[in-house]
Amino acid sequence: MPNPTTGVGNKPTGESVEQIANGDSSEVLLPPRQHLLDLDDLSADEINDLLDSAEGMLEIASRDNRKTPGLRGKTIITMFFENSTRTRVSFEQAGKILGADVINVTASASSVSKGESLLNTVKTLQAMQIDALVVRHPHSGAPYFISNHTDASVVNAGDGTHSHPTQSLLDLFTIRNNIGDMTGKKIAIVGDVLYSRVARSNILGFQKMGAEVTVSCPNTLIPDEWSLGSTLGDETGFGGLKLARNVDEAVDSADVVMALRIQQERQDAGHLPSLREYSDRWGINAKRMALANSGALLMHPGPMNEGVEISSEVAHGAQSVVEEQVRNGVAIRMAVLYTLCASGKSARIGNSDSNSGDEA
Amino acid sequence: MAARKLAITGGRVIDPAQRIDRVADVLISNGKIDEVTAGSTGRTLGDYEQIDASGKIVSPGFVDLHTHLRDPGQEWKETIVTGTRAAAYGGFTTICAMPNTEPVQDSAAVVDDVVRRATADGLIRVLPIGAISIGQQGKQLAPMGELADSGVIGFSDDGNPVVDANLMRQALSYSVELGLPIINHAEDKKIGAGGVMSAGTVATRLGLAGVPSEAETTMVVRDLHLADLTRARMHIPHISTVGSLDALRSAKESGIDVTAEVTPHHLTLNDEWVYGLKGKVPASVGSEAYDTNTKVNPPLRNRADVDALIDALSEGLIDIIATDHAPHAATDKVCTYNEAAHGINVLETAFSSVFQLVDTGKISVVRLIESLTVGPAAILQKNLGSLKKGSDADVVVIDPGSKWIVNPEEFASKSVNTPLTGVELAGRVLTTIYQGDIVFDLSDVVASGGVKQ
Repeated sequence: MPNPTTGVGNKPTGESVEQIANGDSSEVLLPPRQHLLDLDDLSADEINDLLDSAEGMLEIASRDNRKTPGLRGKTIITMFFENSTRTRVSFEQAGKILGADVINVTASASSVSKGESLLNTVKTLQAMQIDALVVRHPHSGAPYFISNHTDASVVNAGDGTHSHPTQSLLDLFTIRNNIGDMTGKKIAIVGDVLYSRVARSNILGFQKMGAEVTVSCPNTLIPDEWSLGSTLGDETGFGGLKLARNVDEAVDSADVVMALRIQQERQDAGHLPSLREYSDRWGINAKRMALANSGALLMHPGPMNEGVEISSEVAHGAQSVVEEQVRNGVAIRMAVLYTLCASGKSARIGNSDSNSGDEA
Repeated sequence: MAARKLAITGGRVIDPAQRIDRVADVLISNGKIDEVTAGSTGRTLGDYEQIDASGKIVSPGFVDLHTHLRDPGQEWKETIVTGTRAAAYGGFTTICAMPNTEPVQDSAAVVDDVVRRATADGLIRVLPIGAISIGQQGKQLAPMGELADSGVIGFSDDGNPVVDANLMRQALSYSVELGLPIINHAEDKKIGAGGVMSAGTVATRLGLAGVPSEAETTMVVRDLHLADLTRARMHIPHISTVGSLDALRSAKESGIDVTAEVTPHHLTLNDEWVYGLKGKVPASVGSEAYDTNTKVNPPLRNRADVDALIDALSEGLIDIIATDHAPHAATDKVCTYNEAAHGINVLETAFSSVFQLVDTGKISVVRLIESLTVGPAAILQKNLGSLKKGSDADVVVIDPGSKWIVNPEEFASKSVNTPLTGVELAGRVLTTIYQGDIVFDLSDVVASGGVKQ
């Protein structure tokens, strides 16, 4: 059920690509959602609405002249406290295609490096009358914190080890465009679940769309309260998630195989004997892809460590949709920014979700 | 010292030290307890100033073995003046000041300064705790004998666990001659490194790094073995896990000289409070989540731990309640969960929050008061925490029925970092008497429109 007070797609999906391209966003039927913090509070209908919207955005983004006035006059700030290429650039491109003014702030080149607190940074930006803040932060929950201290829409572009909702949406979009309805489809996620915000958001997103999700990784890279070989209960917040005993079991008959980035620091912290052993036991290669359904998609959120969690052969092979994921990232971020920002600011300020009070 | 005569009449007097639980009058003169009468006659007592306590509970003033006064060094968070006032407002007449000040209380000079200023400016009694090691660095023992001579009641490196097992062994051994307990924050910081809350379902959903219970339990087990080896006195601060309780039980059964404290928050809150909904579990994580006022070390544990802690306190396995009062400024808490400082502002909610367990029948009010009075006094080996004739007239009057809503803006403490804002509690402290003087009276505070300075 779409949430009537915070529904994502209620407004923009009623609009045609032409309306967006012409900057006609007059048909505001319901109060818009203010923030996108994670997928857990979105219904399947809301997600589908966003993906539908992204279809139109993909078409706009593919035009020769892709400048549209949908968000003309809006100011979007991307605030990245961690390094990023694809996410930051695709948000910037998404905003610019829609005609918004996009300003990029990075921690290293801002007053954050002078010791300014996150609260004061947000208050400073807020004072400049911005419409959206796209936030990447190494601390889980940072966008939630920020959303309590600004009237602007907050988009979570990745927070710590918690969530990365636009990555998940673009993955859902990529899967839908390739294999259609996800109901009953088997998706294998292979990699560092403990530290991966992509894994968490994708598990939530895939399950919401009816897929059956299985993960595989070393036992050191799942939470202690999870057990390999089990299926999680609802009390975990990831009810129905299967934890495979080994990677072959996870990949077997999968419709989608997603490899996650494994980082050197996991080896350094003792989670892994070596990246070499990880590659040997969990790396996705042609032999393992052969266990999946024929025509199974191979995905990776990037950046890839080729030769570690994914072999070069399959990373650039026929089943790989890695580059399509990146392309779809722009369309998804257009859809998200448009959905959150297209209506007037006044509509948001009156929103009961808005809370700029400083809690002690 | 108060010269006047005070009579607290008609209340239910609970003094576990003397096995008293009856309606009686408490008579005070010259700052000392004169008598707890056999019964209350309801008569007007001549030249005594009278406090009518009918329908109320009258208890010895509370004793807190674990308080952070932040003074010297972090006076923007709390001072001896505000911290002792907060204590009085919470019903405490004795608090023990942890040594994690700046400079650290690792020399007689610093301890003497705290004692001198607390005596001059403090509203109630402050007893110092000395550091185990110089600068709480865990490298070299602090001058424990000199500190003992200055009146410290025990030794602790506070939030810094003594990592070096041999240094812990030597500290325990050296303390035997001094007769004072070693109080070690038990946490193996390598296990669950970087963790900011208790490991488990909530941490996983929030994507916060979790600290497993075993980080505490393994060091508690180590320390108990070292206490056995050295035949020293050991006091376990803020015990919080089922595993630690199992180790404590077995140690006590084998005769190790160990006591343990539990905090009000570990008895009443669990990790679900990090969702920011006062313990409710949301279907989806909302912007109220990551409530930094729930960040504390040891972290709020899961329901099973909380239930076990309540049972252990009730049966006496855990000896006492101590607050671990840890005031922090707004800048330490209005930030991300990772950035937030550990600690909860507890003194003024301590009794009322644990009183919820009395209201729900999980612990008796007598045991609750015992764990805040004669229990800690026994660990201090001081004549405190009782209404025995001739002892200091430290008394608290509590209204068991009075409901109140926690509003930290009304705290006497300089800081407001509590997750209990807006929560309704009962068992309100009405009056606190220290050495025969009324140091807190709720009706006066309400009449004067609050206390925040």
